[in-house]
Parts: sequence; C-alpha cells; structure tokens
Amino acid sequence: MNILVCISKTPDTTAKIAFTEGNTKFDENGVQWIINPYDEWYSLVRAIEIKEKDPTTNIHLITVGGPEAEPIIRKALALGGDEAIRVNSNSNDSYVIAQQIAAIAKQGSYDLIMTGKETIDYNSACIGSMLSAILDLPYVSLANHLEVNGNTASVQREIEGGEETNEVILPMIISCQKGMAEQRIPNMRGIMAARTKPLKVVEPLATNAHTSIKEFSLPPSKTGVKLIAPDQMDELVKLLKEEAKVI
Amino acid sequence: MVLIYIDHSEKEIKKSSHEAISYGAAIAKQLGCSAEALLLGTVNDDLTALGKLGASKVHQLNNESLNNFDAKVHASLIATAATNLNAEVIVFAHNINGKAIAPAVAVKLDAGIVTGACSLPDLQNGFEVTKTVFSGKAFAHIKIETPKKVIAINQNSFGIQNFEASTTVVEMTLPIPAASVKVTNVNKIIGEIPLTEANLVVSGGRGLKGPENWGILLDLAKALGAATACSRPVSDSDWRPHHEHVGQTGIQIAPNLYIAIGISGAIQHLAGVNRSKTIVVINKDPEAPFFKAADYGVVGDAFEVVPALTAAISKMKHNE
Repeated sequence: MNILVCISKTPDTTAKIAFTEGNTKFDENGVQWIINPYDEWYSLVRAIEIKEKDPTTNIHLITVGGPEAEPIIRKALALGGDEAIRVNSNSNDSYVIAQQIAAIAKQGSYDLIMTGKETIDYNSACIGSMLSAILDLPYVSLANHLEVNGNTASVQREIEGGEETNEVILPMIISCQKGMAEQRIPNMRGIMAARTKPLKVVEPLATNAHTSIKEFSLPPSKTGVKLIAPDQMDELVKLLKEEAKVI
Repeated sequence: MVLIYIDHSEKEIKKSSHEAISYGAAIAKQLGCSAEALLLGTVNDDLTALGKLGASKVHQLNNESLNNFDAKVHASLIATAATNLNAEVIVFAHNINGKAIAPAVAVKLDAGIVTGACSLPDLQNGFEVTKTVFSGKAFAHIKIETPKKVIAINQNSFGIQNFEASTTVVEMTLPIPAASVKVTNVNKIIGEIPLTEANLVVSGGRGLKGPENWGILLDLAKALGAATACSRPVSDSDWRPHHEHVGQTGIQIAPNLYIAIGISGAIQHLAGVNRSKTIVVINKDPEAPFFKAADYGVVGDAFEVVPALTAAISKMKHNE
C-alpha cells in the first residue's frame, strides 16, 4: 500500500503573532517552527501505525515550502516515513499548494492521501477537499478513526453530536483530527535514520493563485476583565443577561 | 446571483445554514442581485419560510439518496448547479460538511475561496473577505481575484437577519453521480447538546481536581441549557470524554457564552475558544492567564462559586 502524507510547517502554538511590512507579512523573527500538529499527531502517526502492521506499506511525505521547511521534514522522517518530497514554493494560497501536491500524487500511485484537518496558522481546511476535486477521488474529512482492509477503508468522521462510519473503496483522500492517533516522540534511532532518508526537491508547477492576502490585522485588545465577587452571583447573572445579553 | 448551500441532517436544516442564508442575502444586497438557496435531498422544514432569511428561491434536487452526505458527489452536484444557475458567489457555512465540500466546489468553478470568513465582503477595492487566522489570534484580509467566488462563513459570526420575502421552491433535475462512500453506521450521542452547535458552553479544567467533582459543572450546564467541554489535561486523563476537549488540537468553538471553571488559560486552550462572544472565568488563582482573555471573572473556589452561580441562574429562570 502507498500512502502520501501531507506535512505543513507552522509556527509553534505559543508563538507571538505579529506582522511586518505594513502588516502584509507574518513576522517570522524569533518564531519556532513545528510540523502542523494535525499533520504530525494524527495523519502521520496513523500512517506509521498502518505501516507497523503491514511493513510492505510505503509512506511518502510531501511538503510545499522553501528550504526553511527542511528541518521539520527531517523531524517528520524521524517519526516515520520512507522518503520525502519538497516542492520548492513559498505560496500560502491553498489552491496553488493543492495543485503542487496533486501533480506529485499523479506521478505515484497512492492508495491513501492524508492531510491534517487544517493548519494552525491559516485554518483554511482546504487542501484535502481541493485534492479531491483535482484528482477526482473520494474524500472524507474530519476523520477520527481509520481502518484499512485490502482495498477498502473504513473511516469514521465527525458529525454534529456524534460520528458516522463510511466505507470507501481506495484510493481516497482523508483529513485527520483528534482521535485518529496519539502524538509520538521521535526516538534516537528514528532521528539518526532520518538523516539519510531521501528528501527530493522539485520545482513547482506554474499556477496562478486565486486569492491574495492584502493585509493582516489583530483583534482589538480586550478592555479588561470585569471581576465579580464570589458572593455576588446574582450580579453576574444580571450582567450576563442585561449587559452581555447571552442568557 | 448569490447561491447558498443548505446543509441538513436527519431532514432538518442546520442552524449554521440559516446563518449562511442570511449572510448570502446580505452579500446579494451589496451586489444588487438575488440570493437563492440550493438544497440537495429532502427536509421536513417549510422551505417557503426561507424567504424570511432572504432567499428568494430554493432550488431543490429532491432525491432522498442525497440525504447521505458524500463529499465527492455533493461537491460535483453543487458545482454543476452553480454553473447552470449562473451563480457568481457561492456561500457555505464553514461547518463540518462545508469544510468537506466548499474548497472542491471552488476548484471545479475555478473560483477563489475564503474559508472561515467572519464578516461581509469589502467591495471598495475588488472583493475582499476577512477571515480569522492563527487560530483566532488575528485576521487576514483576502482578495478574491476570480470572477466567481466561494465563501465559507464561520458559525455564529453573522446574525440571522429578517427579510419579509417569500420563497419559491424550484425543482431541479441533475444526473446523480455514483456514490463514493457508503454510510455503514451513525452514532449520535442522544440527549446532549452537540458542542459545535451550542450557544452556551460550560467547561472544566484541572482545577476541579477529579472526575468525581464534575457534578457541580453538570448542574450548572443543566441550569443554563449549556453543552459541556473540558481542557486538554482533563481529556488526556480520561476524566471526560475526548470529544469535549476544546483547544488548539481538539475542537474549536465559537459560542455566545463560554464559562471556564478551573482552567488556567494556556494559549493552546485559548486557541479553541477565543472566538466566543463572552468568556466568564472562574478560578481560584487571580494570576491565571485566562483572566486576561475574559470578559467577566470570579476569583474564588469553584466548589463554592459554581453552585452559587447555578442557584442564581435557576432563580433568574424561575422569575422569568
């Protein structure tokens, strides 16, 4: 079985969010980069578990990013994965990124293409769905459980107030979230092995972006919490009702 | 024309679709065109009442097999319908199903898409849509460069507005592609308000000390009619079901009211709840970071404050 796992580089969850160049660019000064947690903990780990059960599985990692993305690609290889491909593009337009991934996907014959549910920086949640349209493949998003049996996948996806199990004939695309697998820490052996695993760099397809980010802005700072004494709960209820108007 | 996709489940239109229709109708007003809705499948709702939300027509593909959600099939049908109907802007709720299909529809229509939109487009310099980014810590103002545009609007970000219009239901016929998924099981937690749909949420953290203490939180939730949630450590320790975990790597919610009990307010937790309209923090520690993100705060012992709050809520409801 061949699995393509999409890996994205994102700022660490505690990074200070600030913008430069007239608020048109994210300020990368001092930012620690990580693998997008949804890609790492849920999507990649599940692929690794599938390979642990069936060692004939091939896991390819793909990242659309510049050379600065290579450290996180090596981290992902340290967790698992046989080889990685980096498409040398810094685009943050989902459509451009999806086109790059699709071009690589078409060259391999993948049974499963996995993404995280969204990235923690742009929160677009577009890649899996876009790939489904470009590659004309079935797609199940927000999956929290996956079993593969030969050429069929049993995927459990989130629905409002519960979950739904879908049976799908491979190949297919899924986006993964909490429940799919558990975060792993790479071990020394994995880190050493990652150094020599293949990391191929390819140039991107020329694609026109459909959108452009004109500017970023920050939310207005909170005006300061209104403290209510513990013995004044009637007062809090009154404020929630009459001032906040939420109850 | 602005075309809004109606998402439904168990033959009932979702609240997030009502919001999407209102949002689409407001865009139609900005553009000086009509707002129409698209329904794949069958529902029990009175479709003619959708005029009150601003939809002048509902195009319905009255095929009950479409009540089973199939992202590939649904995206294909929506794109075909949007093309046939000459829709310029296609609107989705950025909810569970919207996330699965809106981007695919955009690709099929060669349209730029903004997902997670939080306000109406700015038409001053083209078509610019604001969305939340960095897990709710910032906004991005995105220009859609293509003639056709797709927007997925965040839940609970655009109020339902009232139009006094009537709606005509138009039946549509399209060839239905073969199903790409087979639904083999549905497991719904009965009797609980789904977290993603709840207007009011009560959430607990490690400050409650143990799962055996959750009674006071459940009582408060019951008094309010609220859904329940928890922080990551609580979920990791199996004190509460995993689907209650709100945060960066759990669920992100945007209710009208979020009450956090015994939660310190780490950045990762805030990323899951920072789009809440009103945040109330109850914590023994006055230095808890959560107070900086709160609208109202109570510094006190949860075991005293929460029952007192429950009593105050019950009293208010009794007096109504």
